[in-house]
Amino acid sequence: MNPKIILQVEKVSKAFGGVQALANVSFEVFEGEIFGIIGPNGSGKTTLINCVTGFIKMDSGKVFYRDKDISGRAPHKIADLGITRTFQVMRPYYTLPAYKNLIVPLFSPRARRTGGWRGGGRLGDRDTVGIDILEEIGFERDSFVPYKLASTLPTGYLKRLELARCLALRPEVIICDEVFSGLSMSEIASMVPLIERLQMDGITLVMIEHRLRELFRVANRVMVLNFGEKLTEGTPEEVMEDERVREAYIGSAEI
Amino acid sequence: MGYLLVPRLALIMGLLLLPFIIPSLYWQRVIFIVFIYALLSLGFDFLAHFVGLVSLGGGFFIGVGAYLAAILNTSLGLPPAVTIPIATIIGGAICTLLLLPCLPLRGIYFAIVTLMYPLVLMRIIEALNILGGTDGIVGVASFQSRWIEQYFIIAMVLISLFGLRRLVNEDMGLVFRGVKDNDQAVKASGISITFYKSVAVFITSALGCLGGAYLAHFYMWAGISQFALDFSIIPIAATVIGGGGTLVGPLLGTFILVPISELLRAVGTLRIVFYALILTAFIVFRSEGIMVYGQRKYHQFERWVKV
Ligand SMILES: Nc1ncnc2c1ncn2[C@@H]1O[C@H](COP(=O)(O)OP(=O)(O)OP(=O)(O)O)[C@@H](O)[C@H]1O
Ligand SMILES: [Mg+2]
Repeated sequence: MNPKIILQVEKVSKAFGGVQALANVSFEVFEGEIFGIIGPNGSGKTTLINCVTGFIKMDSGKVFYRDKDISGRAPHKIADLGITRTFQVMRPYYTLPAYKNLIVPLFSPRARRTGGWRGGGRLGDRDTVGIDILEEIGFERDSFVPYKLASTLPTGYLKRLELARCLALRPEVIICDEVFSGLSMSEIASMVPLIERLQMDGITLVMIEHRLRELFRVANRVMVLNFGEKLTEGTPEEVMEDERVREAYIGSAEI
Repeated sequence: MGYLLVPRLALIMGLLLLPFIIPSLYWQRVIFIVFIYALLSLGFDFLAHFVGLVSLGGGFFIGVGAYLAAILNTSLGLPPAVTIPIATIIGGAICTLLLLPCLPLRGIYFAIVTLMYPLVLMRIIEALNILGGTDGIVGVASFQSRWIEQYFIIAMVLISLFGLRRLVNEDMGLVFRGVKDNDQAVKASGISITFYKSVAVFITSALGCLGGAYLAHFYMWAGISQFALDFSIIPIAATVIGGGGTLVGPLLGTFILVPISELLRAVGTLRIVFYALILTAFIVFRSEGIMVYGQRKYHQFERWVKV
């Protein structure tokens, strides 16, 4: 069986002033896989997904989603197609309770068209659907947590809330910018099965991570960025054995 | 839930009885100007605290509404019952279209641009001597009776107040609040923030145009003084005094500020000085606003009574 390409990125470049944050980065993501992107700090990972999702304008390059050219489209249009993302710096609606945070994506044109996650948006009221999604993503349903103001939630829950916000749209692709960082070992341990379940649900995942060990457990393929350039790409085993990757990571003891 | 109902009923009854309570014709006229400021302040509070756009466009909205109603009435002969709704909707649409290019601006930049529009329009009318030039448009029809005149605006203020309070807690209102809290996450949810900002600006400018159209029929005249700075500034002051983010607060604020400004006419040119002092005192001693303070006390009192 030939896997279908869902996301194709061609020669994306981006410079901030004198800094070449990205130089001719190309890669493709297959439908249903978990695609990892790793690289040392400042190697351009966040910039890359900002370009792909339309949050910043790339200087040159193209992005295709299911063979459709989406380069340079507005971020809300790209999200409307089903390509959602989390933010490295978490961005909940701080003045709203956790479950009300999900009303915004559930009220989006895409969620109203598709019914949202598991089609729940078509059936019940959005409040209930919001709590359903939170429960699925690891909030305890019968506790106070879903009702707490987002500004009072600890990091672990905020990371989940970011994912929940993506799920509410019933996405095709979720691009996660460091959902594991800042979490404890046990929190990550409970996130990993969640990620695997999303994959089983048919969602394609692109995961930017610094926690290589955990990423390598779930990822099908991994791409390595260094100083804005693509270093290599392959299965986790191949990447781990690559000399250049080791070199790029020298000093950071995480590998 | 009686204790939640009481303040609401008190407000509604109070406003409905106002025409009977106010003795002199002079103060009655002042009160109805207050209602126009109330519409502006409601719009200001909605836009600033629930959408994150600080607008100084009060004068702009009032002017556009007033001129539209005056033109519709004097050249097409339409009665107030027709001119006011048209001026509200079309005026709101015109203001929104003109403000569309400024929607990506934030904070002070948006505020400054909205402040420029009335000044520009005022000078254009003056310089080109169009729409009656400096004399304005005279001979606008008045309302059929004083009762209609009074209860129309009272009803409008009440409907706007309770309508907006409901809206901000609806699902759609949460999207507005999302735009204020964090517009990036709203974009990432596949929602156009430009669309939501324009809907919000439309609501606010339509409220202002409604006030302007009413004013034109009330004064039987539309002129460049309806682009006045007062309409842009007093809503902010009223919101600060009354308590931003409550929607009722700004209403209360206008009921305090505008009559005070009238009373201060007696002291002549020093009026602005006293006005500034009162405002400063409020900001220094009750920066949260009367409504926020009042709500807290009321809830505390209620709990205490229960105990
Ligand atoms: N808005 C910006 N303006 C100027 N420079 C920027 C901007 N965003 C990123 N950069 C620069 O681009 C380079 C790549 O940054 P980016 O955030 O993409 O790295 P990253 O791989 O996500 O790093 P991290 O692992 O720390 O998240 C860095 O040198 C950074 O300083
Ligand atoms: Mg980053």
